[in-house]
Amino acid sequence: MPANRTFDEAAIKAIIADMRSLDGPLMPILHAINDRLGYVDQRALPLIAQELNLSRAEVHGVFTFYHDFRKAPAGRHVIKVCVAEACQSMGSDRLVDHLRAAFGIGLGETTPDGRITVEPIYCLGNCALSPSAMMDGKLYGRVEGTRADRLVRSANLAAAGDGR
Amino acid sequence: MLQDRDRIFTNLYGEHDPGLDAAKSRGDWDSTKQILLKGRDWIIDEMKASGLRGRGGAGFPTGLKWSFMPKKSDGGPAYLVVNADESEPGTCKDREIMRHDPHKLVEGCLIAGFAMGATAAYIYIRGEFISEALALDGAIAEAYEAGLIGRNACGSGYDFDVFLHRGAGAYICGEETALIESLEGKKGQPRLKPPFPAAVGLYGRPTTVNNVESISVAPTILRRGASWFAGIGREKNTGTKLYCFSGHVNKPCVVEDALGLPLKELIERHAGGVRGGWDNLMAVIPGGSSVPLMPKHVCDDVLMDFDSLRAQGSGLGTAGVIVMDKSTDIVYAIARLSKFYMHESCGQCTPCREGTGWMWRIMMRMVRGEARLEEIDMLLDVTKEIEGHTICALGDAAAWPIQGLMRHFRPEVERRIKEYAARLPRAA
Repeated sequence: MPANRTFDEAAIKAIIADMRSLDGPLMPILHAINDRLGYVDQRALPLIAQELNLSRAEVHGVFTFYHDFRKAPAGRHVIKVCVAEACQSMGSDRLVDHLRAAFGIGLGETTPDGRITVEPIYCLGNCALSPSAMMDGKLYGRVEGTRADRLVRSANLAAAGDGR
Repeated sequence: MLQDRDRIFTNLYGEHDPGLDAAKSRGDWDSTKQILLKGRDWIIDEMKASGLRGRGGAGFPTGLKWSFMPKKSDGGPAYLVVNADESEPGTCKDREIMRHDPHKLVEGCLIAGFAMGATAAYIYIRGEFISEALALDGAIAEAYEAGLIGRNACGSGYDFDVFLHRGAGAYICGEETALIESLEGKKGQPRLKPPFPAAVGLYGRPTTVNNVESISVAPTILRRGASWFAGIGREKNTGTKLYCFSGHVNKPCVVEDALGLPLKELIERHAGGVRGGWDNLMAVIPGGSSVPLMPKHVCDDVLMDFDSLRAQGSGLGTAGVIVMDKSTDIVYAIARLSKFYMHESCGQCTPCREGTGWMWRIMMRMVRGEARLEEIDMLLDVTKEIEGHTICALGDAAAWPIQGLMRHFRPEVERRIKEYAARLPRAA
């Protein structure tokens, strides 16, 4: 997911035009913008409101209600660490410490070079393989010890593959 | 114990291909047309006779729920909504169904939709389930291609569409009316009931919301007969159930077994026992994070089903069994739960929006012991003020874990408070 920091009005308008005829189009549109542009720019909200004949407050309300929609670009690779009960009991705190040691960032933070974001998540539904984490949509189970090292290594490899 | 031949989810562990041909060889989509031709009333009566209770947590009889839909259509659409927003901490059953046995769900949608006179099914899947959404999307496409759903589904003369809709990371959207709001593209804030969704639901049309597991077991029940399903388990708690064991067990797993078996037996047989032996057990949360915990002496002989657990002041919920051994900081574990509910409160009702925050802050002080003894009763009072005073059950779900903690582990909290007070320098 490329982090496109310039505001691409044409791309957003195209997405809206593509999806406005759906039933309940607001969420699919926000999903599409979030997926394709990496985040939903504040400047996109009035455009959506205008096109769907909603108030800006309604669009803002929906946008801020759901955690998946980003207000700013995330790091190029996102590690979500499950911090719910089962994973917590099996050591998700240790995993967070491990990631902090590896990348110098805690939950909800992004590395200064914009490579990696670490986020908390409540339950990935992988409780049988606690502690779990998800990187770039891929699920990792039993992330402890050497497997945590492997997660860090995959993250570094993925970041190195960005062509920098 | 459940015999292999009585299992419904024969590909729970993904040993076989999830695709259509393999699903058919496992018995899915077998004589679906004949089931549909038996008519709406037969299907609903059969579901009622099977005694299937909703697998999403509340345990409402599924056949009865279907029968609430209007018998005669007014010409407009009606909807089946499948709740695949599985986000209850400790619960990981629906994802296994959608990833490995998605055709059970798609076939269930058709049969359930037909039985309630729905024109389409919306499957609301949580945003975090990416591979599950792909698997399900593939299964829906295969079913369309094979003419199993869509126009003239299965050659029955009935038109039925199935849509997949992705959520965006809000726990509250698992509540049925919040889910409907979210499907319409709004904030996931629950609606006040009545009117119930069966009268005014999605886009103002009659709607029934069911859990993935409830829908997925329906085709097998109808093929094998209600009496087969009703013969498993205990009276009023019939059939098989997917249990999810997590936490301090030797072999965490998702497993299908009969309802009404002893908790201890299930943990020892399927999950390899509690870490360090049964005597190392401290407490069990038997049904996902929303139900009150049970201390070891209750776990010793409690049966896992709706009514037995309710009698013990807990609940079956989603059957997400979280096991905690004696190394657990039980007060902190519950405080963490309070934080979860504070985070996920939708903010619509004041008692929940404000109360969840209060409860978390008080709980965090209790973890450290930085409180006064009378504040335990004050905290319980706050939980009572929230419970039952909100539109949806999230307020109740936030209150129950704390009530459960204080019911069974109050001496532990009191000990911390006294120890903390003893460490303080005496006021000069």
